[in-house]
Amino acid sequence: MIEPLNTFVRKTPNWLLYLIGAAYPAWLLYAGLSGGLGVDPVKAMEHALGKAGLQVLIAVLLITPLRRFSKFNFLSWRRALGVIAFFYILLHFLVWMVLDVQILSQVWADIVKRPYIIVGMISLLILLPLAITSNNISIRKLGPRWRKLHKATYLAVALGGVHYIMQTKGFEYEPYIYLAVVIGLIAIRKLPKKRAAQPVKRQVA
Amino acid sequence: MAHRWTNDLTHDDVTPKSAYLNRRQLMAGMAGLGLTALAPKANAAADLTPTDFDVISQYNNFYEFGTGKEDPAKHAHRLTTQPWSIKIDGMVDRPGDYALGDILSKMTIEERIYRFRCVEAWSMVVPWNGFELKDLLDLAGVQSSAKYVAFETLYRPDEMIGQKSPFLDWPYVEGLRLDEANHPLTLMATGLYGKDMPKQNGAPIRLVVPWKYGFKSIKSIVRITLTDKEPPTSWNKSIPGEYGFYSNVNPEVDHPRWSQASERPIGGGFFAKRIPTLKFNGYETEVANLYDGMDLRKNY
Repeated sequence: MIEPLNTFVRKTPNWLLYLIGAAYPAWLLYAGLSGGLGVDPVKAMEHALGKAGLQVLIAVLLITPLRRFSKFNFLSWRRALGVIAFFYILLHFLVWMVLDVQILSQVWADIVKRPYIIVGMISLLILLPLAITSNNISIRKLGPRWRKLHKATYLAVALGGVHYIMQTKGFEYEPYIYLAVVIGLIAIRKLPKKRAAQPVKRQVA
Repeated sequence: MAHRWTNDLTHDDVTPKSAYLNRRQLMAGMAGLGLTALAPKANAAADLTPTDFDVISQYNNFYEFGTGKEDPAKHAHRLTTQPWSIKIDGMVDRPGDYALGDILSKMTIEERIYRFRCVEAWSMVVPWNGFELKDLLDLAGVQSSAKYVAFETLYRPDEMIGQKSPFLDWPYVEGLRLDEANHPLTLMATGLYGKDMPKQNGAPIRLVVPWKYGFKSIKSIVRITLTDKEPPTSWNKSIPGEYGFYSNVNPEVDHPRWSQASERPIGGGFFAKRIPTLKFNGYETEVANLYDGMDLRKNY
């Protein structure tokens, strides 16, 4: 079952992933205009996009541990998923700016004054160069620096989780669960790699 | 005593265009003379139309039924509102459990169309039905030593499923200064749009204090206590740096996490324009004198 799935993942064309990724905001827009998002479609869309961005980034962070601890390999989806997440978060920001706050001076005041917005903005700004360099030319040009640069994803996702917690009004479980998952997925990468050590031992014996 | 206050927003008043244009021209003229500070607070045209019943009853902050805006409409049907009584105690001459039916038989229900401004910077216009809180307090006989009124919401986690989560320290409590409670604008609401109060809006009886942020208007009240000490209030206990005892609507005093200068009217869809928030939610003439000499920035 694993092998056919991995083959399917490897053979999925990127354009199909982008198309599926674009379908979600398009559906949100349609639902919002036709009353499907309730009486406050602006907030509903804003929150849905932010959460979807965080969820897709969590999926991105899942790929490496899945490869390490199971045979599932989604590596060839990772770059497209990262770009899709970036667009969700960018749209999340644009909905907040254009449809929610609306007044440019107030947008700017919020960006420099409100801690949860500052944290969210930093996360978005970290993701920006990562999205821009998510293409073969950049990978070739940047060489080993590309991998280093894209490790900034960890910080961006963690800040996204913090931003989610900071915008709640009282105590809610959900945002803490998200942040715990994010921290867990980052921490799991720090586990010592026992598997790599074992074959060496056998060779010696 | 009913009808102490006359609506400034009424159904048949719905955008009498000439009137509002005149007022605008008047405002413009005054602005030209640099007299805007003296101008009466004009009702923006959009304000004059009550928000749709479906919107008012499907977009609620009533955390006793969950933290989502649609949760109360989904879960409030579990609430049983009969029988219902309000325990009135503390510094009153006639303490006791007052059956809601007995209270209502002594009250004149009137319609009050009020602006409703949530601390989250959204707003509605709600045609409430109810009576003045003062009439209820008079029924119990407030003693001269009383300075504050404390309110308590029903605590019944079997029916109010949000109370099973530690989101707030249940039951929800709120409070007013006695002069605020006695103000003719302060309403005990039993319905809206001429219908019984929807459960998600705080059935069978709730407070409405139109010049304060919505969370002050405590829902599904079961207890009213007259006291001489400032009573604790739920949001203040939860996040004291963000929610004060007074919580008067004030565009000049921001919430630490967002501006209070403007608000989004709910029900206008994707492209609803923000409108400026009015001081005391547009009831400055009526209530500003209650706070004479007070630093509203400190007493947020």
